[in-house]
Amino acid sequence: MSAATLATSLSMVIEAHVLLAILGGAVYGLFIGALPGLTATMATALLVPLTFYMAPLPSIALIVASTTMAITAGDIPGALLRIPGTPASAAYTGESHAMTLRGEAGRALSIGFFFSATGGMIGAAVLLLTGPLLARVSLNFSSFEFFWLAVLGLLTCALVSGSNPVKGGVSLALGVLVSTVGLDITTGQPRFTFGSMELMGGVSFIPVMIGMFAFSEILRGLSSDGARPAAAPETRSLRPYAGIPTLVLRYPLSLLRGTTIGASLGALPGVGGDLAAWIAYGVSARFSKTPEKFGKGHEEGLIEATSANNAGLSSAWIPALVFGIPGDAVTAIAVGVLYMKGVSPGPRLFAENPSMPTAIILCFFVANLLLFPLGYLAIKGARLVLMVPRNVIVPMILVCCFLGSYAINNTLFGVGIMLVAGLVGYVMERNDFPIAPVILGLVLGPVLERNFIMSMQIARGDLLGFFDRPVSALLGAVVIAILLFTVISRIRNRSARHLRRLS
Amino acid sequence: MFHQGSARGCLALCMAGAMVFAGAGSAFADWPEKAVTVIVPWSAGGGTDATARAVATELEEIFGQPFNVVNRTGGGGLVGHSTIATSPADGYTLGVITIESTMFEAQGIPGVTPADFAYIGRFNADPIAINIAADAEYSDAAGLIDTVRADPGAVAASGANRGGLSHLAWIGLLDRLDIDPTAANWVASDGSAPALQQLASGAIDVVSTSPAEAQSLVDAGQARTVALISSERSALYPDLPTTTELFDTDWSPLPFRGIAAPTGTPDEVVSKVEAALKEITEDSAFQDFMAARGFSVAYQDAATFEQTVTSAAEGFGSAMSSAGLAQ
Repeated sequence: MSAATLATSLSMVIEAHVLLAILGGAVYGLFIGALPGLTATMATALLVPLTFYMAPLPSIALIVASTTMAITAGDIPGALLRIPGTPASAAYTGESHAMTLRGEAGRALSIGFFFSATGGMIGAAVLLLTGPLLARVSLNFSSFEFFWLAVLGLLTCALVSGSNPVKGGVSLALGVLVSTVGLDITTGQPRFTFGSMELMGGVSFIPVMIGMFAFSEILRGLSSDGARPAAAPETRSLRPYAGIPTLVLRYPLSLLRGTTIGASLGALPGVGGDLAAWIAYGVSARFSKTPEKFGKGHEEGLIEATSANNAGLSSAWIPALVFGIPGDAVTAIAVGVLYMKGVSPGPRLFAENPSMPTAIILCFFVANLLLFPLGYLAIKGARLVLMVPRNVIVPMILVCCFLGSYAINNTLFGVGIMLVAGLVGYVMERNDFPIAPVILGLVLGPVLERNFIMSMQIARGDLLGFFDRPVSALLGAVVIAILLFTVISRIRNRSARHLRRLS
Repeated sequence: MFHQGSARGCLALCMAGAMVFAGAGSAFADWPEKAVTVIVPWSAGGGTDATARAVATELEEIFGQPFNVVNRTGGGGLVGHSTIATSPADGYTLGVITIESTMFEAQGIPGVTPADFAYIGRFNADPIAINIAADAEYSDAAGLIDTVRADPGAVAASGANRGGLSHLAWIGLLDRLDIDPTAANWVASDGSAPALQQLASGAIDVVSTSPAEAQSLVDAGQARTVALISSERSALYPDLPTTTELFDTDWSPLPFRGIAAPTGTPDEVVSKVEAALKEITEDSAFQDFMAARGFSVAYQDAATFEQTVTSAAEGFGSAMSSAGLAQ
């Protein structure tokens, strides 16, 4: 990265039409993201026709800004209504909603926007310096490494998302089990489909997510054991970004760690970004001085996870730009748009026209910067949502539940899934089973299975193949160490308690 | 009205019937009146996805309505193809079908047969190439085949699910070179993008996929395309030797990409899209896009496309039984 390239890219970005595209994309993304069930992918797909009439950089800037904003804005319904906007924000929806219940909605949202923006900007800065290097490393990941990463994600999730790891494990297993519904990915045999064509396509995580988090919350309200927000929140508590500098000073390590985890995992094609938020949240709980506060509306995990998913968002573009291998639907659409504009992503792009990829990364910078003012407005607006009485807001949540789950495939099947998931989620929560692991199980289940089968086929059925490659062996060792550590510390706790009782 | 005479009543009825019929016909004269869904049976980022998105974008421009690309992956393309086949035949669901749609029947997998589609047109056909890792011990197709011959199980190949076209092309070649296809190690993957990632990471040795899909990795110095599994050289890659030249075989599986709709889709819609597809394939911007990504443009109209699909189904049926995959 030469200074000249940086200067050229900068002058490309600070053109009126590029900045206008970023602003427009950000406002649009804010609305899409704040509506439960409408995803960043959908936001991007709807933008494609608009890009016909635009030059290459503004088109990409539009996509970049709208996804950045949509992912962050997904935290708004998560915190206020307990409906996570994306699987990534499902990692900390419980945490931020707990803050809202305490009357600290403004604080939860401020943390969301501030640390998303900071994480995103640090992530973009890291990418500017190490982008091609990160891409090269991510290209060395085979199914063996992806398998261990998926295990690691599932494991941390089960361990941190509730007070009882065994119950977390049960929830996780349920999610993984539901993810096996549909056609088997290797040979196309139907599993648990009961002859239903709709089940052959599998169970999508979005209606499940809406049902388990939002619909079950309504059920809890009906059975009147739901926690209600304390008295109407004071306006003072909704002063956006109040007290944030103190938080930065108190948890600088969380911010840095979250950003690092996000930027490095995000570069892996596939589920990197979603996984990053969960792993960051898990790491935060592990290394926190006050792990007992997690899940009850504590800032630390929120900071780490929310900065991780925004950092991961920008690095997901690296494999797409450097090798033309898009990791998710958003970058696939963006790669398509670039090709239509005669810009071919790939190593030649970096060699022949390095200012273009640099300009794209700079767009992330600007888009994340915009999160501060737009977040300010969104938090101010959130006050209006909180002032609405509960008997008005419940039907609104219900409408959101139905719309969001219907919009996935435009079928009532999704609504049915949402209702069933809501009932299951309600029963699970009454019995202290955490529901967030179900979502991650559903998202990572196919990843786990596919990479396990590929690896077994490569190793010709030899389980030791998972330890043949250095990185894979290292990841495997980490997984085993976490398992052993958990089991040993449990046994030790139990025997200590036993001894105390004896004495 | 009826009491005035049965003849007039009958005429009135006929006229009413004709009007209803005409009404039904003209309902599609204005097609499309809303967004059209284009189902792609393969993962986002693969070759089918990229070309489908390009075609959808052009269709959008021609018809002035959104053509939304939806990836329905899984089951080696079965999920997506059967989604296309079972969608309502109202003209608002189209799909991009690939050669896999002709294979499920022979494999004994229920759900999709070539008769389930109304064919609209083909826009692309590219031969499959053999791609190897850049740091492999051998540097050409002959060296690779020698290594496979020594121990067929030691060379891991991938590119699609088991029984997918990439798989058939590879084992079909081995079969013709007197290497036992059932001993070869095939790693089932969900499309070519994950397989290429595996190749780059050094976990597998061969990816059989179109040279275009491997292009970025080849440019990055991570992979090398060594031969086309075909009987004729490609205009886009004139320097690539064919397996027919190298090994004196006659194996030339030619995968296609085309647009189809559920059977029963109104003829008006089929002919409108057919005409639009012809226009798109003649458009220089589309041709430039395809060439830039290394895809050839190979248009066939509805009738010819249907014929191609039918004969491919027959050819692959026999290829699969020789490899022990048919049921």
